[in-house]
Parts: sequence; structure tokens; C-alpha cells
Amino acid sequence: MLSIETFVIVSVIKIVIALFVLLTAVAYTVWLERKVVGHIQNRWGPTRVGPFGLLQPLADGIKFLFKEDLTPPHVYKPLYIAAPMIALVCALTSISVIPVGNWVTVAGVHTPLQITDLNIGLLLILGITSMGVYGVALAGWSSNNKYSLLGGLRASAQMVSYEVSLGLSLVGVLILAGSFSLRDIVEAQGGHFWGFIPKWNIFYGGQIIAFFIYLISAYAETNRVPFDLPEAESELVAGYHTEYSAMKFAMFFMAEYANMITVACVASLLFLGGWHGPVFGPPILQAILPIFWFVLRVFGFLFVYIWVRGTLPRFRYDQLMAFGWKFLLPLAIANLVITALVVTLRS
Amino acid sequence: MEVHSGIEPMIHLTLFLLFGGICVAGAVNLLAQRHPINSALSLVVVMGSLAGEYLLLGAEFVAAIQVIIYAGAIMVLFVFVIMLLNAGEEERTGGSRVALLFGVPGMLIGTVLMAWVLLERSGTQAVSMGALPGPPKTIGWLLFHDFLLPFEVTSVLVLIAIMGAVVLASHPESVQQRNKER
Repeated sequence: MLSIETFVIVSVIKIVIALFVLLTAVAYTVWLERKVVGHIQNRWGPTRVGPFGLLQPLADGIKFLFKEDLTPPHVYKPLYIAAPMIALVCALTSISVIPVGNWVTVAGVHTPLQITDLNIGLLLILGITSMGVYGVALAGWSSNNKYSLLGGLRASAQMVSYEVSLGLSLVGVLILAGSFSLRDIVEAQGGHFWGFIPKWNIFYGGQIIAFFIYLISAYAETNRVPFDLPEAESELVAGYHTEYSAMKFAMFFMAEYANMITVACVASLLFLGGWHGPVFGPPILQAILPIFWFVLRVFGFLFVYIWVRGTLPRFRYDQLMAFGWKFLLPLAIANLVITALVVTLRS
Repeated sequence: MEVHSGIEPMIHLTLFLLFGGICVAGAVNLLAQRHPINSALSLVVVMGSLAGEYLLLGAEFVAAIQVIIYAGAIMVLFVFVIMLLNAGEEERTGGSRVALLFGVPGMLIGTVLMAWVLLERSGTQAVSMGALPGPPKTIGWLLFHDFLLPFEVTSVLVLIAIMGAVVLASHPESVQQRNKER
């Protein structure tokens, strides 16, 4: 039991730490992407600012802050200003329910390593993601520019379409765990079967098809290659953020990378066993190792994201829609029905 | 984390009034705005604050579904259509005197009557925290066991509505053209 004062203090500390870590992770995901794509394309990527270009994100941040903030004269101002804020707020809020490790006791306070453990945690993330569509759609509309409008329309249609298969691919995991709480879902994946294979949902629950459906839908949800049609530069200049500059553009940019990290966290928690892994050594190591295993999974997922970007060309728009509705959705429904059947027969 | 203190009822009341106020303000703004996209966004605010009220009643699942389905999916389609049609600002008429004379008093009387009937006559009481069927398990049981037939019939009804919309939206000439090409 905590008194309300301790609760508020602990929560504020956790929120500050989580936001700091998330924003740093966003900055260094950008760095990682530039480095990895650079090496895939036989280039070096950033090298000038700091060792291995490690201070490049800092330099970019300063550049964004000091650039002139242009507002074109023909935009619809209230929504033009609100759109990047909606996008960024939605992207940053979803981190609040993501657990990164077990419970810890610091200075006599026993607390989980997450801002809050909700019993509708996963639904909250889905809800916030679905609200994030407004940022993109309104940016496209309020810019009063045909490229932006087309980009916004494409983005909202694409995100609404792929949200369906994304949601359905998660239901199998929910059936297996019997809970919406991300912590419960991870804890259900502890232990091993047949002696050595970990009980992750991707192996034990047979959710490997669901994992790939989630992977593909998540790429489309975050507007990433090969589904980056909302900002296809060869046809739409820069899509929905054509008219944005300086910090407003940076907010869209940060939102995209924060969404990528959230997607990677959810994939690790739901399919890859969260923070489960070998834990040994002194108590301090035992507290840190689960976090390390979790971060390793997230990093791996982000690396695949970038790898795909460096490998695949962009889809055509009709291909994107046909693939989402005619292939992914039936597959997700079939996976759901089979999982439900197996779980019912087993119990 | 369990938190216990004496100020919970006060926080509940404050949040209830806050969400209720936002909800009513959003609804009024929905009518007052002249541009369809602003009206649609006000409706999103109404949906969101309703989700907040559900949350206060302890129905977290319903609140989450409210945000995902209504605020997230259906309203995005509304905004999408408004963007696609590029609907402009609507024209204002002067308003009708009859509506002002009879409509406003009629609405007030109706509201008071409804509140009186609900509070005094029907035997219902103020809903307390957690009184609604909140957990997904209960809702699933209700949908797929107690109300299975109405639920499935509704889905067929929705399917018929979709097919009707497709038929109405398609141009008969283009269908004939396509049939000729085959």
C-alpha cells in the first residue's frame, strides 16, 4: 500500500525517466537507421559529428530548434498547428503501459518497471494508435496543398485498413494469455517446454503466423517502407508533411520513430517473451538482466525494420489495399479461429 | 499499485464533472461550428469524454472499445469523407422563429420530465463505481451466450446495409459497360 503522496512522486519519476529514455531511443534509432542503411548501400552514413557520428542526432535536434518556423499563408491554422502535436502526443503516450521488467524495490518502494499496469493495457495502445491517425489526416487536410491532401488521404485509408488485421493478429495472443494486461501476457510466457525451448507465444502458442501478420501490419501502420505511400517522394513530394518545417516537421519525424519503438516493444512483449531470459549473478545483475533481454529484442526488431527499408521497394497503392484486405485479413481471421479452437479443445 | 486514501470520492466527482463538461461543450461546439471538419472533430471529443465516463464507472473494456471503434475508426472515416469531398463551410439561415418559440421550451420540459421519470418513477438509482458489466469476460458471455441470436442477426443486418450501399453507390451504366466488356 502506498500513500497518495508517494504514489504521485513515484509516478512522476517514472514518467520522466520513461520519456527521457524514449526520446533518446528515438534520436538514436534515427542514427542507427542512417548508419545501417548507409552500410547496406555501401556508404558510411554519418561520420563527422562525434565518434561514428554518434553526436549527429544532437546536431540535428539543434538544427530543428533553430530553423525558421515557416507557416505557409494558405493553411488552416488551428488544425495545421494541432496536427503535429496530436501525432507526437499519441506516439509518446503509448509508452505509459509498456512494462520493461519485473518489480523492483528502490528506497523501500516496491514498484513495477512500467509507468502503470492497466488491465486494458493493450487496448489502450490500440486506442491511442487509432487516435494518432488524426495527426496525419489533419496535417494533410489543413495544409491546403494537393500533395499533402493525397498523402493524408492515403495515410488514413492505409492505417484504418491495416489496423483491422493488426488487431486481429493480437487476439490469438490474448486468448492464450486470457488478459489484456501486458504484464500478465509476458508472465504467461515464462518457463520452457520439451526441456529447452522457451514458452514464447511465437513457439509455444503457435502464433508464428500471427507474428508475421503483426510485423507486416505494423510496417503499414507506421508508414514505413515498403508501405510508405503517404510520403512517397517520387509522386507526392513529401506527402502529408510537405508544408511543415523546423520543429513541426521534427514532431512528425519523432512521432514516426516513437511509433516504431512502441511497435517493437509490443512485438517483444506479445510474441517474443518480453523480458524472459537467463538471469544469474548478484542481485543488481538480476535486476538489470531482464531489462537487457527486453532491450535486445526491441533492438533486434528495430534492426529488421531498417533492414527491410534498405531491401524492399515500395508497393503500388492498389497492391497495398488488395494485400491488406484480401490476404492479411482472411489469414488473421483463420489464425484466430484455429487458435480459439485449439485453446477450447485443450481446456 | 494499490493506493488508498479518503479523497477518492472527491476525485471521482471532479473527474465526472470534468468529462461531462467536456462532453457537453463538445456537443454544443459540434452544432455551433460552421466547417464540417471542426464539427467532426468536436464529435471525436464527445466520444472521447464519453469513454472517460465509462472508465469512471469501472467499465474499462467498454471505454477502450469506445475509443478504438468510435473515436478511432468511425470518426476517421467521417473525417476521411469530408476531406475527400472537400466540403466547404455551410451556409447559415436566419433560424426559424417557430423553432425558437416552441423548440427550446419543449426541449427543457422534455429534459425535466425525463429526469423526473428516471429518478422518481422507474426505481433506478445513481450508478456507482463498477456497477456496469465491465470485464471482457462478462461482455463476451453476454454477446455469445445470452444474446447470441440478436447479435448474429445484427451482423447479417449490417451486411445487408453494406450491400445496399454498394448497390446504391455503383453507377448502373458502368456495370453494364463492364458486363459488355466481358
